[in-house]
Amino acid sequence: MSEKLLEIKDEHLSFFTPAGEVKALNGVSFSLDEGEVLGIVGESGSGKSVTAYSIMGLTAYPGRLIGGTIRFNGHQVERMSEKEFRKMRGNEVSIIFQDPMTSLNPVYTIGNQIEEVIRLHTDKSKGEARARAKELLELVGINEPDKRLKQYPHELSGGMRQRVMIAIALACEPKLLIADEPTTALDVTIQAQILELMQELRQKMGMSIIMITHDLGVVASMCERIAVMYAGHIVEYGSTDEIFYHPSHEYTKGLIGSIPKLTTEESERLVPIEGQPVDLLNPPAGCPFAPRCRSCMKVCLRRMPPKTQLSDTHYSYCWLRQKEAAEGGERA
Amino acid sequence: MEHTQNTPELEKLPLGPDDFSPATASEKESLVIMRESVNFWADGLRRLRKNKIAMVSLFFILLIVIFAYILPSFWPYTYDQQIKYSENLSAFEYGKTELQRIEAGESVFPHICGTDKLGRDFAVRLMMATRVSLTVGIICSICVLVIGATYGAVAGFTGGLVDDIMMRFTDILYTIPDILLIILLSITLKPRIISLAETPGFEWMQKVGANLIAMFIVFALLYWVGMARITRSQVLVLKESEYVTAARALGAGSGRIIRKHLLTNCIGTLIVTTTLQIPAAIFTESYLSFLGLGVSAPMPSLGSLATDAVKGMNTYPHLLLLPAILISVTILVFNLFGDGLRDAFDPKLKN
Amino acid sequence: MSGERNLIEIQHLQQYFPAGGRGQKRRWVQAVDDVSFFIRKGETLGLVGESGCGKTTVGRTMLRLYEPTDGRILYDGEVIYDSGRCPLQNADGSPVLDENGSPKCGVKTAVDMLPFRRKMQIVFQDPYASLDPRMTIGDIVGESIDIHKLCSSKQERRERIISLLERVGLNSEHANRYPHEFSGGQRQRVGIARALAVRPEFIVCDEPVSALDVSIQAQVVNMFEDLQREMGLTYLFIAHDLSVVKHISNRIGVMYLGKLVELADSFELIAHSVHPYTRSLISAIPVADPQVARASKRIPLQGDVPSPLNPPSGCRFRTRCPYADEQCAAEVPVFREIGPGHWAACHHLDRVEGEMTPLLPVTMG
Repeated sequence: MSEKLLEIKDEHLSFFTPAGEVKALNGVSFSLDEGEVLGIVGESGSGKSVTAYSIMGLTAYPGRLIGGTIRFNGHQVERMSEKEFRKMRGNEVSIIFQDPMTSLNPVYTIGNQIEEVIRLHTDKSKGEARARAKELLELVGINEPDKRLKQYPHELSGGMRQRVMIAIALACEPKLLIADEPTTALDVTIQAQILELMQELRQKMGMSIIMITHDLGVVASMCERIAVMYAGHIVEYGSTDEIFYHPSHEYTKGLIGSIPKLTTEESERLVPIEGQPVDLLNPPAGCPFAPRCRSCMKVCLRRMPPKTQLSDTHYSYCWLRQKEAAEGGERA
Repeated sequence: MEHTQNTPELEKLPLGPDDFSPATASEKESLVIMRESVNFWADGLRRLRKNKIAMVSLFFILLIVIFAYILPSFWPYTYDQQIKYSENLSAFEYGKTELQRIEAGESVFPHICGTDKLGRDFAVRLMMATRVSLTVGIICSICVLVIGATYGAVAGFTGGLVDDIMMRFTDILYTIPDILLIILLSITLKPRIISLAETPGFEWMQKVGANLIAMFIVFALLYWVGMARITRSQVLVLKESEYVTAARALGAGSGRIIRKHLLTNCIGTLIVTTTLQIPAAIFTESYLSFLGLGVSAPMPSLGSLATDAVKGMNTYPHLLLLPAILISVTILVFNLFGDGLRDAFDPKLKN
Repeated sequence: MSGERNLIEIQHLQQYFPAGGRGQKRRWVQAVDDVSFFIRKGETLGLVGESGCGKTTVGRTMLRLYEPTDGRILYDGEVIYDSGRCPLQNADGSPVLDENGSPKCGVKTAVDMLPFRRKMQIVFQDPYASLDPRMTIGDIVGESIDIHKLCSSKQERRERIISLLERVGLNSEHANRYPHEFSGGQRQRVGIARALAVRPEFIVCDEPVSALDVSIQAQVVNMFEDLQREMGLTYLFIAHDLSVVKHISNRIGVMYLGKLVELADSFELIAHSVHPYTRSLISAIPVADPQVARASKRIPLQGDVPSPLNPPSGCRFRTRCPYADEQCAAEVPVFREIGPGHWAACHHLDRVEGEMTPLLPVTMG
């Protein structure tokens, strides 16, 4: 296998707020191959966005990386300066944000904003940049690109704006595209359009995608690998089928159980995860999910579970799996 | 089908079978700690206390208040007492008669800041001037608060045509050059107030001075516009908020909504704006008094003290410098304290 | 469980909001236009649609938080609003005729809502915006007790508040705390407790779970179900997430650009939807099952929702509809009953039905 595009090892990141240290990431490790689509799933505050932002050096004050290494496309990201980051952002890695209403500058035309990115990272002339901008708009499925280039963001609908954001993100053909809840602010029918577009573009351009979302439905159709995050830990990692059909962490099971099914006639009662999300200012000593876990054991409350490797691509951090493994070992 | 690669690691850990028994609900609950409860005011005060600049400003404000309202009562001189042969003394100097009294064995309180050209103790005049300026500042700000907040709240809450008309009226007021209006008003108001002061029941007006009352009226009439706009915009946002809709769904009437929801949520902003209005009023008062439109003699204000001193600026610079410094310091500390209050209580800037 | 009695009914409800302009040039946002439905006692009616389709407005107008521009609202048989401009209906839906044989309109009515505020309540979407940040949880829940003077003593009030909080899974300790100290799910519970304080019969749930994380969402949905069972509540459950609505509702109405386009039993609506919009909506939902997701066929909708300031003539969905023709541009389709309890508004139901394929592998029972 070739060199990984992205390799994060044991990343620790905290936000130092007046109220105390908020431990946003507590030892996150994963890697990403070229062309791979990884979904990061988790609730708000689980650290899924922070993980992705740290690759681009976008976790500014009061956030600070306090441990671990991030290798991306030959860069030692944790040692990079702001200047190097600027060269890398938009060029090798781009990001699409959740809210297409606020991520475009309202005082510039769409054309201006796309051209700016192109000219920042390439030495194309003004005319060439405009031609490329038009090409990009066509690529993301916007009709009448010439007219759209002259329009301002407020003249476009939400779905259209998100397409423009994608066009800007793809302007320099990045190796990695980070999509931070790209469809959360959109309606279902528009969400379907955007997801379709992203899949199409991925096939055409072959970039890797990190898809950050809270919606298991979105990752099911888009992603090859899924990382489930909870309170700054990746609690389970595996291929999409492994996560959906053989979930091994109690949190993943809970997440899947709490989604209402559209296709059953009688609605069976939902199985929610009880309790409230963790307070990251005082995270529990042991497994962060322990206070909400149905099968919580005494050890879970005191100590973070070690990694249990379930297959080559699938692992989770849960004492139950450790217990099963130990019992299996004894019997054998 | 599940296989594990790190069982040896598990064996390294000193874990007994008891560790793998289910945890009880209470054990689980003990992990969930609720943070200490803080209400809005306590939280704001905590933030304010942490703000060093605001606390230093508050200390200075207290000093100024003591200086202006308490010290004069203990001072052996009064602001309008003219001491013969003690004109134009510099600090800690004594006049002719006073030196004689000292020689006679009497103790004479020193003129810490000297005296003015009429032989009045300058220190007590400074205190009284500060008192006048502060009073003007505070009373004017309260007038502005009452008129502006009421007007803005009515406009914002009623909305529609009423709001349109009310706000156009404030726009018109805004376009009038304020200094010009103040000058005109105080000239036209003065004789009326003087004649009013002669009628029984209004004698107190004489003591305060026609000019000062004219100034209050002018302030009240002109400067509420900014406050009205701020209140209106706050009310407009708040009345659309979901908790107000929720209160309406519960059957709450307008009175209850204004009292319980709108006012309590505006109050932080109102306090902050009022505090920031005080230095503005002090400034305008000094400015007007400097132009000779302020308080009437012998009542001093910081601005009129400065005017009086301008003529002798070269010989007696301290007579100009002291009130000037007092004006600056007062305005500065009120502004800084107001900023501190805003950081602490105005949720929009709260981070 | 659902009785036959209609608890609440709206007829030809219309809600236009002014959008600038004066006199003749005045423009209106046509948020809700000619929407009629009823909710039986003890039933949950789901209302779905994309943002800006008017579903929230319907909910709020029913409670008369906005004064309707036209239409009639009946609560438990009693008219609580009548614009006086829309025809009266017989029980079978046929128009009531006057002596001359022309349709008869109702009398203009707008009753005092205060007594009805105790019967009809609302739970909001945003658990952050819907609680007054300066009030304690106890006061928020107790507000309606104060308004309607439901308790005679402080002690009684406090006990009632605590029992309400416990009812929604919070405890007495929480009563003296402020909203910002709680997580989204807990705040939503406070919102529910506030609505329950007056012991209502009918609750408009205005996207109550949309802002919550999935795991918390399930907790709140379950709580709504439990409360309904125990207190015999009737819900109008508004959401954009069809899966949640399907889970909780007996019947579902689908709205598009201010109009109700389809209404049916919830399983019927998912399995045998007839309106092209409903069908696209269902197919657009991302399924949390990778194999189904890979296999399922999408009916992609082109373009965006037009502006409600200036909706298309005739059928409002025609600009995005694959079946649209001249008839759709010329005539407004009638919202009619096409099967028992199944209503839809479309000119081309026959064509749509002809091309029907099951959208999703439906598991029965």
